[in-house]
Amino acid sequence: MRFFIVRRLGLALLTVFGVGTLIFFLQRLAGDPTVLLVPETATQADIDTLRHTLGLDRPLYVQYLSFLWDMLQLRLGDSLVRHVPVTSIIAVHAGYTLLLAAGALTVAAGLGIPLGAYLALRPRHRVARVLYGLVMAAQSMPTFWSGILLILLFGVTLQWLPPSSAGGFSHLIMPSISLGLLSMATLARVTRTAVINEFGRPYIRAALARGSSMWQLAKWHLARNAAIPVITIAALEISNLLAGAVIVETVFAWPGLGQLTVQAILARDFPIVQGVVLLGAFVTIGLNLLADVLYGIVDPRIRHGEPR
Amino acid sequence: MTSNRRTILKIAPFAIILLLIVLGAICAPLLAPYSPDAQNLLGRLKPPGTTIRDLHYLLGSDELGRDLLSRVIWGARVSLAVAVLSVLLSGLVGCALGICAGYARGVVEAVIMRCADVFLSVPAILLAILTVAVIGPGMTNVILVLALTRWPRYARVAYGQTLAVAERPYVRLAAYMGAGPLRIMLRHVLPNIAGAIVVVATLEFGLMVLFEAGLSFLGLGVQPPTASWGAMLSIGRNYVATAWWIAAFPGICLFLLVLSANVLGDTLSDYLDRASR
Repeated sequence: MRFFIVRRLGLALLTVFGVGTLIFFLQRLAGDPTVLLVPETATQADIDTLRHTLGLDRPLYVQYLSFLWDMLQLRLGDSLVRHVPVTSIIAVHAGYTLLLAAGALTVAAGLGIPLGAYLALRPRHRVARVLYGLVMAAQSMPTFWSGILLILLFGVTLQWLPPSSAGGFSHLIMPSISLGLLSMATLARVTRTAVINEFGRPYIRAALARGSSMWQLAKWHLARNAAIPVITIAALEISNLLAGAVIVETVFAWPGLGQLTVQAILARDFPIVQGVVLLGAFVTIGLNLLADVLYGIVDPRIRHGEPR
Repeated sequence: MTSNRRTILKIAPFAIILLLIVLGAICAPLLAPYSPDAQNLLGRLKPPGTTIRDLHYLLGSDELGRDLLSRVIWGARVSLAVAVLSVLLSGLVGCALGICAGYARGVVEAVIMRCADVFLSVPAILLAILTVAVIGPGMTNVILVLALTRWPRYARVAYGQTLAVAERPYVRLAAYMGAGPLRIMLRHVLPNIAGAIVVVATLEFGLMVLFEAGLSFLGLGVQPPTASWGAMLSIGRNYVATAWWIAAFPGICLFLLVLSANVLGDTLSDYLDRASR
């Protein structure tokens, strides 16, 4: 188990290094990154000064190494508009996005996993067919459209919920549903497949033959064995939720990282965009690592052998 | 036989929807009653069914008095063009790299698959946003960005499938008989993994439609005045309280297009699963 974790940690570090490299060279796609960093009104003299202060007149490999070094120390530079370190701006907004992602995850897992299990255990029931259709529909729903529809129905027509911006619990409901719907569908489908796959195994038939009730079966046998694929997807979905928040936050004027990013792009405040992307990548890498470690805890068979 | 027939009946409506949208996109200049960019300041924000002078706003008009029906029809072009081209481009690049990695193994495998891991560890929307922020918005750039962010998905599938196929007797035999790596990859590996790739491509198609609309919604995709469903939704968001129709119709089209692509992809995947058993 320890060897396994160390190996995965090494791979994760390699990926972090890779992400840094990717982002560094993406910025060079447009040629000189200084042009990205200055406001549109800047003169040539301004550009030259900034190029020197940022060290962009140094050789490329020196810039690359110092970029990686800064990234490892989480020095992401200052916002060009507000002249405050990017990390502190991100810290302010991250709370809102985290709250929204948590709300969406509650919707996704709270509805999706039981729904998937139900669809697997009662596949021929009429209600299950309707629900499966709804899951398919939820999977094809653009988050920004479901958001607008929710605002139209509950915000404008019925006036039950505040249509936008952050505030109390009632502000959180619509963005969470809108963001969580897609992940809900994914989780429901994965859970359904996982439970169906496990259901065909001999040990389930043995338990049924012994006279276990459906509930006992689900609790003692199915839950752990079907959990592996569900954990993988759930970890992936969390990073999808964080990324999807960019759009949902724009729809609901939610002051999180997504809105920060979109405003930063419009204001050409490139260090902030870069910071948010790095954060998103780190979270994804961390979650994948966590999922791999969780496998071993949920299913001890994996601890000893090769990871699946 | 009966199960086949039932499947066909089940997917028929979705295939028809897809066909209608494709036809609408191709014949946009013939079908659209007016120019999608023609403004009419007297007919701003009119509800569906309004007639002003000689102009019939069947689906209403937007904030500049442009006919919504015409814009929805022209918007299908953007959605389909971006989705098809980015799926082709990312599929081509991803498959080539994945097959090479799976067949060559060793260093090539390590480099390509670690690169795929890196790309997949940056959330796709964020990577797309960052790249658009660097190279600028616009239709060509959106296609390039989507291809750049999505190739690892194909690479992973192609890689996994190639690993399985490369060990089969007929591939080894071809190698013993002197076939070069390129010939083996193109003539023996590719045809045998094509099914899995097509399934991924169908499901990715729906996702690409959503990504394009998402980027355009954020103002980072196709630029105004070009009609794009995502950009129309973004305008509709601002007028949601007064003019629901601006967001409603492009949204329905987007939803139906993605739904049809997903249902067809799912059915295809089930079919290939059963056929391979």
